[in-house]
Amino acid sequence: MDTSVASTPPPDGPSGTEVLAAADISRALTRIAHEILERNKGAGDLVLLGIPTRGLPLAQRLAARIAEVEPVDAADLAGSLDVTMYRDDLHRHPTRTIGHTELPAAHGQSIDDRVVVLVDDVLFSGRTIRAALDALNDLGRPRAVQLAVLVDRGHRELPIRADYVGKNLPTAQGEKVRVRVIEIDGVDSVRIDGGRSNGGSAS
Amino acid sequence: MSYLLRGVAPLGEAPTDVALVDGRIAAIGADAVDAAGSRATVLDGAGLVALPGLVDLHTHLREPGREDAETVETGTRAAALGGYTAVHAMANTSPVADTAGVVEQVWRLGRDAGWADVFPVGAVSVGLAGRHLAELGAMAYSAARVRVFSDDGMCVHDPVLMRRALEYVKAFDGVVAQHAQEPRLTQGAQMHEGEVSAELGLAGWPAVAEEAIVARDVLLAEHVGARLHVLHVSTAGSVDLVRWAKSRGIAVTAEATPHHLLLTDDLARSYDPLFKVNPPLRTAEDAEAVRVGLVDGTIDVVGTDHAPHSREDKDCEWAAAAFGMIGLETALSIVHTLMVATGRMTWADVARVMSSTPARIGRVDQSSGQGRPLAVGEPANVVLIDPAARWTVDPGALASLSTNTPYAGRELTGRVVSTFLRGHPTVLDGRLNEPVRTPVEYP
Amino acid sequence: MRHLLDAADLDRDAAVDLLDTASRMAATQEREIKKLPTLRGRTVVNLFFEDSTRTRISFETAAKRLSADVINFSAKGSSVSKGESLKDTAQTLQAIGADAVVIRHQASGAPHRLAASGWVATSVINAGDGTHQHPTQALLDAYTLRRHLTGPGSDGEPGLGKDLSGLHVAIVGDVLHSRVARSNVQLLTTLGARVTLVAPPTLLPVGVGAWDCATSYHLDEVIGDGAPDAVMTLRVQRERMGAEAEGGATGFFPSPLEYTRTYGLDARRLRMLPDHAIVLHPGPMNRGLEISAEAADSSRAVIREQVSNGVAVRMAVLYLLLAGEKEKWS
Repeated sequence: MDTSVASTPPPDGPSGTEVLAAADISRALTRIAHEILERNKGAGDLVLLGIPTRGLPLAQRLAARIAEVEPVDAADLAGSLDVTMYRDDLHRHPTRTIGHTELPAAHGQSIDDRVVVLVDDVLFSGRTIRAALDALNDLGRPRAVQLAVLVDRGHRELPIRADYVGKNLPTAQGEKVRVRVIEIDGVDSVRIDGGRSNGGSAS
Repeated sequence: MSYLLRGVAPLGEAPTDVALVDGRIAAIGADAVDAAGSRATVLDGAGLVALPGLVDLHTHLREPGREDAETVETGTRAAALGGYTAVHAMANTSPVADTAGVVEQVWRLGRDAGWADVFPVGAVSVGLAGRHLAELGAMAYSAARVRVFSDDGMCVHDPVLMRRALEYVKAFDGVVAQHAQEPRLTQGAQMHEGEVSAELGLAGWPAVAEEAIVARDVLLAEHVGARLHVLHVSTAGSVDLVRWAKSRGIAVTAEATPHHLLLTDDLARSYDPLFKVNPPLRTAEDAEAVRVGLVDGTIDVVGTDHAPHSREDKDCEWAAAAFGMIGLETALSIVHTLMVATGRMTWADVARVMSSTPARIGRVDQSSGQGRPLAVGEPANVVLIDPAARWTVDPGALASLSTNTPYAGRELTGRVVSTFLRGHPTVLDGRLNEPVRTPVEYP
Repeated sequence: MRHLLDAADLDRDAAVDLLDTASRMAATQEREIKKLPTLRGRTVVNLFFEDSTRTRISFETAAKRLSADVINFSAKGSSVSKGESLKDTAQTLQAIGADAVVIRHQASGAPHRLAASGWVATSVINAGDGTHQHPTQALLDAYTLRRHLTGPGSDGEPGLGKDLSGLHVAIVGDVLHSRVARSNVQLLTTLGARVTLVAPPTLLPVGVGAWDCATSYHLDEVIGDGAPDAVMTLRVQRERMGAEAEGGATGFFPSPLEYTRTYGLDARRLRMLPDHAIVLHPGPMNRGLEISAEAADSSRAVIREQVSNGVAVRMAVLYLLLAGEKEKWS
């Protein structure tokens, strides 16, 4: 079985340039969490859905930070939204593994009339988010959908923009943006790699 | 017409010259050049082995009735290319060869085609139905002079009918050739019953269905004092039974096909019906037992059981496909590759199992000069073989009208270069030459 | 993976991945909107030469839930002349441009001929060939076993990520003629389970000794001492029993009653099973013959669930064969 195409560090150690270290990532997430609360006037009706693989731990961290300052449970805030089955480019890659979709149990596992904040690590062509919007459509009818990403690297192919951005990172098409998170990769780091073909950035 | 074969090795022995004049072997050795005469066609036989023309006791020419699969013309062309100067055409045609009329028709077709002598086999039972004796005497005394009788395709399973047939043919020195297959144990059977069939979900054809009939028939033959010929022996148990019967002095002879010498049941895993045959391909142990039997004389002859089938009958799922493989053009090469090149048999053995013994069993050695020794004065039925030749089997390039060979793409060693039918070359340089033209008879 | 012809086509990792994918698919089937756009634009042809409403509907549902177009072709094999039906029909499919052909045929090996013959360039999925294989049935059986018997897996989903190591499964019935049995012996063993086949000697194939499983003629022993975690009862055909057997030959078993007494899963045998053990049946059932009504209706019986699991499993098969890039095969 082929694993999902996602950022993976090359086996012989990090390469390219680090553009966000662990501390930078932490500060960005804190800022985004407060921006979300500010914009939505609190955490009521919020649901943070991380897009697997790395969007999920990021959503959970955002939920934890929100729970520190608001009277909500992190577990009631965060969930995951797998978009594999809605992608428009499946036939151009080896078969992708399907991930887990789970809505928080509060509010009866529904997104109807809630504000959904999609959380992903990198925003690139926008196609993943388009697939996520289709997936959300089949799950219910949210009141609003917002997008939070750790890195926006430009090169959009669809009219999609992020509401909350950790860092804007202008890149060349051929470059690879590698996001690593402690929960999966053992370390927090964002690196840009000059066009090596090992792994790719999730868009 | 005379031919001088220079430097050929008769039965693989020392190279010498052979003169064929007016349909006979005129000379072998130093006097061959003179015997052939100045007008002789000279063939360079360096490196070639000379054998008596091969005699097949088991061929299906399909005519009359299934001319879409093969005709006497196309089948005998294939035979000539395979080194055969005589073939026995089985009776399961449509109409069945159970009367003097049909056997004479087939015999005449063979004679008119002129590529090889065709000796029709007569059915044992009317319509191959296994109930009543066919007019065996009428067929024996017809122009076709039938001596071999067989319901091949079907088994003569009724023990009373088998006994009667064995007794009856004694009157004209005939022989019953049995296709040993107990029908009720093999109803719906598709392949050998064993590990492979269990895995593949194909109904099994157990070895005992062949062996039980062989055991019964050799004892019947002993009891009534008749000759018995067992077709296409395929199991180790059958080989053992024939060996035992011979040790008791029973007048039984046995045949093995090239595919039962070489191929095994695991080929069915591909579900390709090219490997579907009756009796089925068996295990490796069975195939080795058949090879051992051929070497030690338990098995007397190699018969091709050449069974052409049209494309539709093989280009389908296994269960729907017909049983059978063609084999006239590959038989000698298979025997060479498998048995001679490996040192298990000599060319003299090959001549014995593919020429002289089949001719003797079919009684065509005396009457028709087939399967005679390569000796001065004998009819010039000769085949020249190049043992060093390597060739790859291409179904489309075979002369048979059908292409159902299991050897497609396989490389074989040993190939027929020339075939002489009563001194006339039907095959020269590995290609068809010309048939023997029989003058039209006017009443 | 291009075709799914035999359960043996899947190694352990591929089988676990397939079951995990089925889990994901099953999750989507809990929602109100069960349809996914994943296979939009693909065409799946159901080529059923043998009657089977249940399996055909299961595949059709699976394909449609993934937004594939479905074309149904059913041919009564016996009325169409032999052989031509398979080849000619196959070439018509080529013309339609099918991406996958789901084929059920009464001749063992027919899907393999279809896949190997070069008549069609599509993916071939075996929905049951003669007495040979029924890989998607084995997959849904394995999926059902996993859900009930292996505890919670990753993401809290029952069995997710797990194989069937340590489980003992008894398969009871006419093994000789059963493609379900052959596929299950291969797949369950690949997934680490231990399989015992229970049948009368006449219904075990001569070559069964070479299979990677145990065999027994005694159901009570296997259920009692063997403590199986699951019992799978196979359908027994009445036509093979007693004097009504095919071709006028004697049956594989003297009478249906003797079969039921010796090999039927009745209430008594049901009680002998370990508490957690479940009962499976590939369907359709002969209530009262191989499985009693009590057994079929008991809380241990997961037969209806097997059917609904079939859709998720077949969705997973279609996804894995069709969604990704087509490998370059020569």
